[in-house]
Amino acid sequence: MGIELKMPALSPTMEEGTLAKWLVKEGDTVKSGDILAEIETDKATMEFEAIDEGVMGKILVAEGTENVKVGTVIAVIGGEGEETQPQPLPQAGGEPVAQGSAAVTGSEAPAAPLPPARGAGGGPMPRKADPAIPTGTNMATVTVREALRDAMAEEMRRDGSVFIMGEEVAQYQGAYKVTQGLLDEFGPKRVIDTPITEYGFAGIGAGAAMGGLRPIVEFMTFNFAMQAIDHVINSAAKTNYMSGGQMRCPIVFRGPNGAATRVGAQHSQNFGPWYASVPGLIVIAPYDAADAKGLLKAAIRSDDPVVFLENELIYGRSFELPELDDHVLPIGKARIMREGRDVTIVSYSIAVGLSLEAAVTLAEEGIEAEVLDLRTLRPLDREAVLTSLAKTNRLVIAEEGWPTCSIASEVMAICMEDGFDHLDAPVLRVCDEDVPLPYAANLEKLALIDAARIAAAVRKVCNR
Amino acid sequence: MAKPATSRKAPNTAAAGDDNFELRSLHDAHQANPRYAASDDELLAFYEQMLLIRRFEEKAGQLYGLGLIGGFCHLYIGQEAVAVGLQSALKPGHDSVITGYRDHGHMLAYGIDPKVIMAELTGRGAGISHGKGGSMHMFSTTHKFYGGHGIVGAQVPLGAGLAFAHQYREDGGLCLAYFGDGAANQGQVYEAFNMAALWKLPIVFVVENNGYAMGTAVTRGSAETHFYRRGTAFRIPGMHVNGMDVLEVRAAAELAFAHVRGGGGPVLMELQTYRYRGHSMSDPAKYRTREEVQEMREKHDPIDAAKIELLARGMTEEKLKELEKQIRSKVAEAADFAENSPEPDLPELYTDVLVGSY
Repeated sequence: MGIELKMPALSPTMEEGTLAKWLVKEGDTVKSGDILAEIETDKATMEFEAIDEGVMGKILVAEGTENVKVGTVIAVIGGEGEETQPQPLPQAGGEPVAQGSAAVTGSEAPAAPLPPARGAGGGPMPRKADPAIPTGTNMATVTVREALRDAMAEEMRRDGSVFIMGEEVAQYQGAYKVTQGLLDEFGPKRVIDTPITEYGFAGIGAGAAMGGLRPIVEFMTFNFAMQAIDHVINSAAKTNYMSGGQMRCPIVFRGPNGAATRVGAQHSQNFGPWYASVPGLIVIAPYDAADAKGLLKAAIRSDDPVVFLENELIYGRSFELPELDDHVLPIGKARIMREGRDVTIVSYSIAVGLSLEAAVTLAEEGIEAEVLDLRTLRPLDREAVLTSLAKTNRLVIAEEGWPTCSIASEVMAICMEDGFDHLDAPVLRVCDEDVPLPYAANLEKLALIDAARIAAAVRKVCNR
Repeated sequence: MAKPATSRKAPNTAAAGDDNFELRSLHDAHQANPRYAASDDELLAFYEQMLLIRRFEEKAGQLYGLGLIGGFCHLYIGQEAVAVGLQSALKPGHDSVITGYRDHGHMLAYGIDPKVIMAELTGRGAGISHGKGGSMHMFSTTHKFYGGHGIVGAQVPLGAGLAFAHQYREDGGLCLAYFGDGAANQGQVYEAFNMAALWKLPIVFVVENNGYAMGTAVTRGSAETHFYRRGTAFRIPGMHVNGMDVLEVRAAAELAFAHVRGGGGPVLMELQTYRYRGHSMSDPAKYRTREEVQEMREKHDPIDAAKIELLARGMTEEKLKELEKQIRSKVAEAADFAENSPEPDLPELYTDVLVGSY
């Protein structure tokens, strides 16, 4: 019984080609790996190898023939008897069924199912609320810096697989002192100074997470993480999906993000929208100390890769924090920071403080603004945004970052898609100016979002 | 070059701390005794594994030509002795292996079922990644095979991270991280070298030097083409190994793994090998001559060499034919499974994006 040799495809898109040259003739003995022919397209020439052993039978397509369709039988190899029992080729018909079937699947397949209601990760989920704080709980006043440190220390005490690595996190006690005291308590095995090689140690962190540990990778600032973004996205975020759910990467990438003060364009950028656009990542950007602590603890416990965006300018601010044994907050849930009936201001990170400031000014003018802190940028709490919009019918987004392709753009899209009927005015966004951040004090001030600009936008949507 | 120091307390005549700088010790030890003394059964097992990879890859090439495999498909044909020689000295499920996108051979060498690999290549729900990874993105955490990575060089720091996890857990395991002569020029490779040496991570870096970074010959892309020397700046000992002889590869593996397991820190191995096929299936390979490829196939093929050695040791042609037949049938079974398994269910589009529910 002979084996049919078919015109091969050089690429998934190739439909036909030229049989440029036969390198064997009828009657030749061929073995696996021998080059039988050269096939040409307009793009490339390729050699066609024998897969089976045997004797060349009839050559059905002469060399030099153009426009030979993929799948056409071009020759027959005679089997060598039992020893090389030919395996029947798939779809032994004359037309390129196999090639076709792959191409056709897309168009003839039934319509794709509707995506889950809340984006990636499954169907509608029960809403998780912040755990109730028992009455009588003592409220401590702590800085965001201390809250972050305490979150890491508590999780490191709880789980031996948690460790922290980054530049100056150990002996120096943290470039911004967020890791202060951790080396003393946990030692150099779990609090690890790295060389200044973000790409490398982000990869080592991701690999350690794939190997079953729970790394916290500190970037001195997220500006430097741009060198490591390949591992954050291609290695950490995508592997669970690409492996069919086999290979997890429970890692936290954390550090200060957004504009600091007078450090110029390369050290002043909000990467929230970059990471929030990536399926497979969790992105958290807390504002106050209680959220910083509760969400960082949740991030460390998460089985998914988390980008945890802090803000240098908030590190030293003090807030009240409930003194609980285990203060863990739900990821993916926004928080109403101030209730109001007239307008909603959606914000996150440092701009939450500016929004609250604007709300105080507006209240004096008789406008009651509801301030919603997104806290998690991915998955974004659409429901909280839409619920508040349904209540106030007017919405402004305040974001310390560029306006183009921003979290503000995303929230505006959500309002258009699912909140249109509730809108009494166009949604407005208040962001930084669309320029690299300048160094000069006056220009920097001009470029960055402030409470006055938020208040002005609110007045506009309220027709004041 | 300096001979290995015999004592850590030798007089310090070089720069500070250089008395135990033994960069050539493994290389020299390997050159002195390059071939592993395999038993007949071991050699037969190596031959069988190499032949399985060869026949599997030939079948994959065939299925690609028929349009059953899409996208990029990088075949391992010619390089079989590398994965088999090295991984035969490891323990699947204990030691970690990570590689780039030319990953089918390393998976087969770790004993992963050819059926689920082939079904992944054809994009079927029964594939090892449920059809969502494809040729370049396959993993088996039970075997501690960690991929299958499509970004050139990314697997090197990831491998250092896997080694870090072995060291952190003190489980005695090591990581074998493969990359090509092309990836060897990526900056992140040297970031990983630095930290791996600094922290004495249990890792063996393996450069599979097949002569070409896609279409660029090593001499056109690399200032230092002796890749095993590239660890010198990080005090990582190097070894140059003939990657076309499975017994030489295995002998080198024994030395390198013992060094790493003994707490000596990383080793950099350069395996001189050759790929017979193009870089990927859509590569016409016009950057080299047919004579060059034929010369390698005819004179240096690792499978032919193992076969000749087996025959010389008294193995019969019949036995080898029988083995070949079994392998062909195993591969045919895998291809059959891969062609006839259904594509993933459509709701799979949305699964495994995240582990948790938020």
